[in-house]
Amino acid sequence: MTDAAVPLSRLDRGRVLAWLQDYGVYAAIAALVLVNVAITPHFLTLENLRTQLVQVAPIVIVSLGMALVIGTEGVDLSVGSVMALATALLPLYLGYGVVPAIVVALLGGVAVGLVNGSLVAFVGVQPIVATLALFVGGRGLALVVAGGQLKDIHNPDLLNLGSSSMAGIPLPVVVAIVLTVAVTAVVRRTTFGRRLVAIGGNRTASELSGLPVKRILLLVYVASGLLAAAAGILATARLQASDPSSLGLLMELSAITAVVVGGTPLTGGRVRVLGTVAGALLIQLVRATLIKHNLSDSLAQMVQAVIILAAVYAARGQDGR
Amino acid sequence: MTDDGPLLEVSGIVKRFTGVLALDRVSVRLAPGEVHALVGENGAGKSTLIKVITGVHRPDEGEVRLAGLRAEFASPLEAQRAGIQAVHQEIGLVPSMSVGRNLLLGREPRRRFGLIDVRRMEREAARTLESYGIGVDVRRPLRSLGVGAQQMIALARAVSVDARVVVMDEPTSSLESREVETLFKVIGRLRAQGISVIYVSHRLDELYRICDGVTVLRDGRVVHQGPLAELDRLRLVSLMLGRPVSDVRAQGVTKFSGAHDTADEAPVVEASGLTRRHMLDDVSVAIRPGEVVGLGGLLGAGRTETAKAIAGALPLDGGRVTVAGVPLRRGSAAAIKAGVALLPEDRKAEGIIPTLSVRENIALAALPRLSRGGVVSDARIDRIVETFMKRLRIKASGPHQRVAELSGGNQQKVLIARWLATEPRILLLDEPTRGIDVGAKAEVQALIDELAEAGLGVLLISSDLEELVEGSDRVVVLKDGAVVGELTGSELTEEGVMTTIASHSRAEDDGG
Amino acid sequence: MTSEQAAMGTTVTAPQGTPPGAGRERVFGLVQRHGAAAVLVLLLVTGSLAFERFPTGDNLGNIAITSSFLATVALGMTFVIITGGIDLSVGSVFALGGVLAAYGVRWGSLAALLLPLAVCGAIGLLQGLLIARVRLAPFIVTLAGLLGARGLLLSISDEGARTYLIPHASLLARIGQGSVLGVGYPVYLTLVLFLAGAVLLQRTRFGQSVYAIGGGQDAAALMGVPVTRTKVTVYVMSGLLAGFAGALNAARLSSGVTILGTGMELDVIAAVVIGGTLLTGGAGSVSGTIAGVLLLGVIQNLINQIGDLSSSYQQVVSGAFLAVVVVVQTYLSRVQRLR
Repeated sequence: MTDAAVPLSRLDRGRVLAWLQDYGVYAAIAALVLVNVAITPHFLTLENLRTQLVQVAPIVIVSLGMALVIGTEGVDLSVGSVMALATALLPLYLGYGVVPAIVVALLGGVAVGLVNGSLVAFVGVQPIVATLALFVGGRGLALVVAGGQLKDIHNPDLLNLGSSSMAGIPLPVVVAIVLTVAVTAVVRRTTFGRRLVAIGGNRTASELSGLPVKRILLLVYVASGLLAAAAGILATARLQASDPSSLGLLMELSAITAVVVGGTPLTGGRVRVLGTVAGALLIQLVRATLIKHNLSDSLAQMVQAVIILAAVYAARGQDGR
Repeated sequence: MTDDGPLLEVSGIVKRFTGVLALDRVSVRLAPGEVHALVGENGAGKSTLIKVITGVHRPDEGEVRLAGLRAEFASPLEAQRAGIQAVHQEIGLVPSMSVGRNLLLGREPRRRFGLIDVRRMEREAARTLESYGIGVDVRRPLRSLGVGAQQMIALARAVSVDARVVVMDEPTSSLESREVETLFKVIGRLRAQGISVIYVSHRLDELYRICDGVTVLRDGRVVHQGPLAELDRLRLVSLMLGRPVSDVRAQGVTKFSGAHDTADEAPVVEASGLTRRHMLDDVSVAIRPGEVVGLGGLLGAGRTETAKAIAGALPLDGGRVTVAGVPLRRGSAAAIKAGVALLPEDRKAEGIIPTLSVRENIALAALPRLSRGGVVSDARIDRIVETFMKRLRIKASGPHQRVAELSGGNQQKVLIARWLATEPRILLLDEPTRGIDVGAKAEVQALIDELAEAGLGVLLISSDLEELVEGSDRVVVLKDGAVVGELTGSELTEEGVMTTIASHSRAEDDGG
Repeated sequence: MTSEQAAMGTTVTAPQGTPPGAGRERVFGLVQRHGAAAVLVLLLVTGSLAFERFPTGDNLGNIAITSSFLATVALGMTFVIITGGIDLSVGSVFALGGVLAAYGVRWGSLAALLLPLAVCGAIGLLQGLLIARVRLAPFIVTLAGLLGARGLLLSISDEGARTYLIPHASLLARIGQGSVLGVGYPVYLTLVLFLAGAVLLQRTRFGQSVYAIGGGQDAAALMGVPVTRTKVTVYVMSGLLAGFAGALNAARLSSGVTILGTGMELDVIAAVVIGGTLLTGGAGSVSGTIAGVLLLGVIQNLINQIGDLSSSYQQVVSGAFLAVVVVVQTYLSRVQRLR
């Protein structure tokens, strides 16, 4: 009977979409790896693996912060500009040593986070709009700070950060892994983590339940700024140059894609850290695959567009019940 | 009623949602000018049926006939064009637009080239409203009006679109009694014009006053149909509940056991002189341990605001709250820490976190005491969650089920558990049984009793006068943000509460 | 019954006279609707006093023409934002429109205009369908649109390496570059579009639908507003206008420059928001958007007048300006809500 068949298939579709939202990203990674093993020469070499992971490390780090922000039903468009600001600030204090330089660059990210967070938490501006201001202004500020110039980095300590390894694992990858573990712990095990998803799920109820909503929102944007600055520092070290006009361009898109592909809904109330990391890996894998086969950049962009749409479509199936 | 053929005939409607049968072969007939009651508990299928009739949902089986002609509505718009109008619980208008534009949206008078004639639109809108005795500036944004006025405008809109059938979904839920009278007059006029009304309400008094026929739905099926006058109240309640009459009678309507003896204990919470412009005017309430204090009054009298003020969730212009003699600092967090718990009125908007599990929802407010140094203790949370799920008989597949998937009654219990987990000294319950099914309602009422007996101070707000009177040891009556009376002992009757409200307004009129 | 009538009257009549705080609300309403215009006037006056090269006809004409392209895109965005949506793809679509016009001019000027309109309109249609019918979040769909349109642009320009030229003699180039009374044709075209846009928004049922959807989509649907059709239409409009502006801009520059339009969506959104349109939807105006666009244009021009400031400052200033406007707006709408 057709009547019985219709709801049944609809049920299946809902289930498939839910599964896709939760695990689709892992399946896609697995499929892409298999395809690459089959058709891409030198794919499974240690060297290639290292390159891919080093390249993806900054995306992962930015995406971690973005996942926290999206978990509160927000979004942070300023992350790319924060990377630019960090890379612009970095050379300024390099003369005093690598530690003060890094601290200053990180503080730049914190400052941006404080502005974003204050606008969202205390003034009550919509996150898209609040972070839009620093998306526009942040890169301008970075260019002003840097005098609009690209600077080569020669400080050996800083360059080490980009190129040395720990137990055979490149340092940027180590940093990304450590931060992933840290953010996972924060989300799963701390009151801060539990509360930030509650705020994303229902802000009014969270306020009435005595949660320090404004403080948590502020901290979430600070965390995002801090992580983006860290990503900017690592990327600078790897590129061996400070280039505020191009570093982090379109990073907000990649980060949002990674988070959404990883199964965190844009409507907040949920944070999937490992999914986010997988999302970042997927984006990197797609790019690498296309580049390895000399397929054009334009195609890569269009593929990324399709991935985003597929991810939100799956998410919609989940939430729309 | 007339002997003509039915104006609206719904027959054999079947509607499924992802495998769940929401409507199972439901048929309803409405004569022209008939006011037909549609009743049932939550989840009985009333809203689904309304949505099928008004073109929001398409039925999987069955058909809708309007004046004998088969009608298939692909959208609410098509249903409206055919003459079926709906007035919903949520006002269903656009708050940011003006009254006039709302009233005539989609039917604006036009001049050449399809351009809207703004002046004529405003004139027409004003004329329409006047004919219903509504006098407002049609250029004002709708959101600047009170809820009652907004609803009247929604109704005026519905009727002015050449409606043949008007569906009213809980139209009086946010109206004051005087506004209800106005509404009934309008319904009377519709009836005289031969317009049929489907009237959905939980308020039995209203149903018996204005409805001709009744359809009782339960679990998606019609369990009774016929003239309302031939159905006595008790039988109607038993049909809705699906229990034999004798049970309902034996149980009484509420589940409260009676008065609590609190004698002369010192109040656990004392609110004095609570004042906020336009909301509260020098409200003072004291609650002793083990006492249930009711807050009575009409909509907008300041009951919810009083509860929120005590819970630190409403900034005040004046007044103070002390808990066990200690003044409370501002903010919800301080109040919770001092042992004040507020169960908010709007469960969906202010209560549950839909994306989180039952477990996370219960633990939310008590997280500070369930963690150390900012790190949560899963063991402690599990213990508390298990205790309360058992004690409150929360029906869920387990602690990890998403709270959004539970029934309204169980969601309410989860929220009560959230507050009990904070080990409060005082519980402020704002409409704790609104919108939950009758079974859960009885359980919640019994729980309120039990908690008071265990020594908690309880503030009970309820629009259900019976619940308020039977559940409270003492009722403080509010009107226009001020305390106008307090009833205890033998004065504490439904009539007493109503008299208190009414007598004050007379005094006011005399004074003015 | 007189007492009953009295009861009815008191029940449903709004409070007589001016409710407390209504005066304040009106002031705030005025600030929100006309704040951008007021600041614009202020800037024009101070700019004229401070820089003698500022108030010249040449300079003002220059502001007008550079603003006209942004304004055309912002017009579409205004409709989109009033419905409560957002269109992040406009920068890419703008660039795509330019490249397509330059590409299509080989078949004549008419084709050079129709090709970008067709393609960009189709992109808008696709986005609108995904948003209105499939109900995906506008912000995500148009983000994908941003990538997709840029990808399309790159693929027809050999990955951005090829720049198609528009011959000076073509009609298209003349439309883009000609002027009357010292003001370029694109400015007049923009004005006509804005007039049409204002009438469409204020005086047609379509415009009422746009407001109604932004003010409350569910309510609008229940009141019979054709929600899906209206939403699809605004995204198509946005695509068409962005593509048209891109084509016009290419005509003015005599070539389809591939790197144009990155970050333009943000300028456009900023202009619309500064012009008093609420990002939450339901309120806004076409005239406000013009004021917002001109405000950004004048700020940019003044920064250029100061001369030795690097152009990076412009981003800083418009970012700061956006932040201030948004803070003020949020504050105002909160005051309105509390009354």
